Amino acid sequence: MNLRRTRQGTSDLAALDGKTFSLDKAMTLVSFVLLFVIVFIPIFMIVYNAFFYEGHLDIEMFKTVVFSQDNISAMTHTVIIGLSVTVVGTIIGLFYAWLLGRSDIPCKNLMRALFMIPYMFPPFFGAMAWDMLLSGRGGYVNTWLMNTFHLAAPPFNINSLGGIIFVEVSYYFPFVFMQVVSALERMDPTLEESARIAGASQGTVIRKITIPLVTPAISAGALLILISSLAHFGVPAILGFSKQIYTLPTVIYAYIDRAGGSFEGIRQGAALSILLVFVVTMALILQKVVLSSGSYDIIKGKSMRPTLIKLRGAKYPLLLLAVLTLVLIVLVPLIMIFLEGLVKAYGLPLIPANFTLDNFHNIITSKQTMDAIQNSLFLSISAGVLCMFLGVMIAYVVIKIKPKGKEILEMLSVLPYSIPGTVLAIGVILSWSGQLGISLYNTIWIILVAYMARYLSFSMKSASASLQQVHPSLEEAARACGASHTESLKDITLPLIRPAMVAGFFLIFLPSMRELTTSILLYGPYTRTLGVQIFALRDSGQIPQASALAAVAICIIIICNFIVTQITKDKKGV
Amino acid sequence: MADVRFNHITFHYGKKCIFEDLSLTVEESQIMCLVGPSGCGKTTLVRCLLGFIKPETGSIYVGDRCLFDAEKGIDVSPEHRHIGVVFQDYAVWPHMTVLENVLYPMKKMRLPKEEMKERAHHALEQVRMLGYEEHLPSQLSGGQQQRVAIARALVSSDEVIVMDEPITNLDAKLREEMLTEIRLIQHDIGTTILYITHDQEAALQLCDRMAIMDRDGKLCQIGEDEDIILRPANRFVFEFIGVSNFFPLVRENGHTYLVAGEKFLYDECPPEIFASGKPMEMGSRLNDMVFDDQSPIRGKITRSVFLGSEYVYFIQLGNREIRMQVNALDVMQNNKAEEGQEVGLRFLQPRYYEARKEDHDESA
Repeated sequence: MNLRRTRQGTSDLAALDGKTFSLDKAMTLVSFVLLFVIVFIPIFMIVYNAFFYEGHLDIEMFKTVVFSQDNISAMTHTVIIGLSVTVVGTIIGLFYAWLLGRSDIPCKNLMRALFMIPYMFPPFFGAMAWDMLLSGRGGYVNTWLMNTFHLAAPPFNINSLGGIIFVEVSYYFPFVFMQVVSALERMDPTLEESARIAGASQGTVIRKITIPLVTPAISAGALLILISSLAHFGVPAILGFSKQIYTLPTVIYAYIDRAGGSFEGIRQGAALSILLVFVVTMALILQKVVLSSGSYDIIKGKSMRPTLIKLRGAKYPLLLLAVLTLVLIVLVPLIMIFLEGLVKAYGLPLIPANFTLDNFHNIITSKQTMDAIQNSLFLSISAGVLCMFLGVMIAYVVIKIKPKGKEILEMLSVLPYSIPGTVLAIGVILSWSGQLGISLYNTIWIILVAYMARYLSFSMKSASASLQQVHPSLEEAARACGASHTESLKDITLPLIRPAMVAGFFLIFLPSMRELTTSILLYGPYTRTLGVQIFALRDSGQIPQASALAAVAICIIIICNFIVTQITKDKKGV
Repeated sequence: MADVRFNHITFHYGKKCIFEDLSLTVEESQIMCLVGPSGCGKTTLVRCLLGFIKPETGSIYVGDRCLFDAEKGIDVSPEHRHIGVVFQDYAVWPHMTVLENVLYPMKKMRLPKEEMKERAHHALEQVRMLGYEEHLPSQLSGGQQQRVAIARALVSSDEVIVMDEPITNLDAKLREEMLTEIRLIQHDIGTTILYITHDQEAALQLCDRMAIMDRDGKLCQIGEDEDIILRPANRFVFEFIGVSNFFPLVRENGHTYLVAGEKFLYDECPPEIFASGKPMEMGSRLNDMVFDDQSPIRGKITRSVFLGSEYVYFIQLGNREIRMQVNALDVMQNNKAEEGQEVGLRFLQPRYYEARKEDHDESA
């Protein structure tokens, strides 16, 4: 009996109950500890430091900070910008989602890909580009218009609330666009067809059937816009600082920057953070209220072929409108960044005579810039790899092991998703700059910890979705075939969720590469990141150099995105 | 080849008792079907055997190997139990080819390469899947995936294979084929098979012996199929294996009556059954009924349906509509009863049980 030969020795006694330390228990424990350290402690430290000073309750500071005139106006700005961006972005996203998902407009797939582009780039690149084009008297377009039409005053002013809203809308509307397009794709077209058969007009069908059915997708996308916009730092910082237009995230940055790392400044920042969290929480509650009014399970998982609405005469005007939108939000800022990166000095006309490659050459020769690129690469890859594995582990614990308190794990891991990056950064500073006995301040590790806290939920979500597809019997079959628990994970589960893991890595790698909001509060003299370096170059007036570096960043992002699509396409048998 | 013995197994899910003090032996080189309604704990028992859950009491042996013993503190981990298993959803690994799937258990046993190849070839030959070695499961039909799962189970153990509802997901024709094939393969190699199903017909077709489990996870009867059909141990077994009509009985003035809205004289019934004084019921399988013009139990045929091998008559009896199955050959030899015709009914092999409170007037 050839089986018995291999069985001796390892069997019966090896697995006496309780003698082996189970892998499941270890993973559960590690997940709890990790999330506690990475997520819970920073959040706790913010709350604690905002209200307590040297061990006793101190509400005075909180009141002074919150009720100061400047901060109230910053809060008003934050809310105005957040709401306007959400409303306008949702309308635009919805319109184009419908146009590309349900009408017979030509070049759909190409346009869909193009509409995703703003999602890839950091909005502050756009802010930089538009600032060059439309800022007061200096912007290229304004100057040109004033010279051509002999205007006394510049016709556009991007350094205003309206300008900030415009730039943020053009980068955030894809949230709604993508959610709604995919919901429309998965919606059963017979629902609409039966309404038509019942005698409803095209317009009525859209109003009474289509829109209500995609409401959950719309509100999910809108909430994403609202939270992102409320917490957004880059655009208001670049467009608002020169005209003293502050929002909560930029005020917090100003506090910390001005304080130069002093504890008082950080405490004030923490107090403001609470305010920002409060605003975001209100937004979340608002969404709950809106969503609870009706959710539908009619949207199915598989994709179906919907009946397309004929645009007839409106076809080409609408196509033109879509193309113009794309040119305005994608092409113009991109071209502007690349051209400005070529120009000898800021303000010179954009003609070939003024072009030079010096700015790009400077990137290679400047140690600071090369260090920043290196730091960002290091941070993004480490955060990506670490979060990928930790995310899989936590997802595995939550979905397969299901220990007591898995709800806490789940909550802790998705919590940072709705916490603004600025706030998270403050929490990380408070936790890891000595108060708890560990000081990582001014090191690259503190940024890594912040990235992990911020992005862990991305990989965890992607891994959970994928793990849910792996039926438990697949792993059990491996166990019955003689694989140990570890082997069954290695041979069966991990290979099956590999595409999700790769996707999870890039979901973290890409945003980390262009991260600004968190890094700007955490960087030290030797730990600048790519985003910080671009921001700092621009801040010190070296606009062409900043643009050149931004152009390089854009190229890196495009290459990485290309790699992602290639990898995720290749799913073996899954 | 080895027998499988469950001794005094008790298991609870939370507070819910799944089974208590359950003992079952699967004889060497036999196919034992464990049959029971959905949710009765069949799969739980399999998971105990495979080592995915731990019973609270008792012991499990395969041959002379102890896999689990609560008292001695033995709990062999699943990978060391060496039991082949075929799951309901096949559990063929989608990222591995057919050959890789079949080789995997042997890789884990660290068999020599040549032997692995040879045995994989042999197993695939037995399930008639040669020529598909390099296919991915997604390129195979449900029945083919099932064969791969069986081949994998064959190479992972030559002692015991457990099949948990392996054919439920297949269509009717394929189910028949697979049953025949499982039977043939088992015949060739003599592996002990524990086959779990809720489908009593499949069980009858396949097994050497059957074990019937009731809703509370209790084993009602273990025996050969003939035994179970002809001599059901209790009402549950009788109702579960085959379809039957149930009638309440009453005893009045020295006569027994069958109640269906009105009372029909039924003196064939031995009066001793009323000895306990409890209300009684009579049950009869659909195909254990015959027409008999002498019988005082008279009904009217409302509908007849031809099912190929047999006729089903719907008969209005008092206020009840009951069904009756007659072999098509019999119908052809005698004459087919017409709809609307009045008939007398006689019950062969009637069985008498205490009436259940909840469904006093319901046919099973």
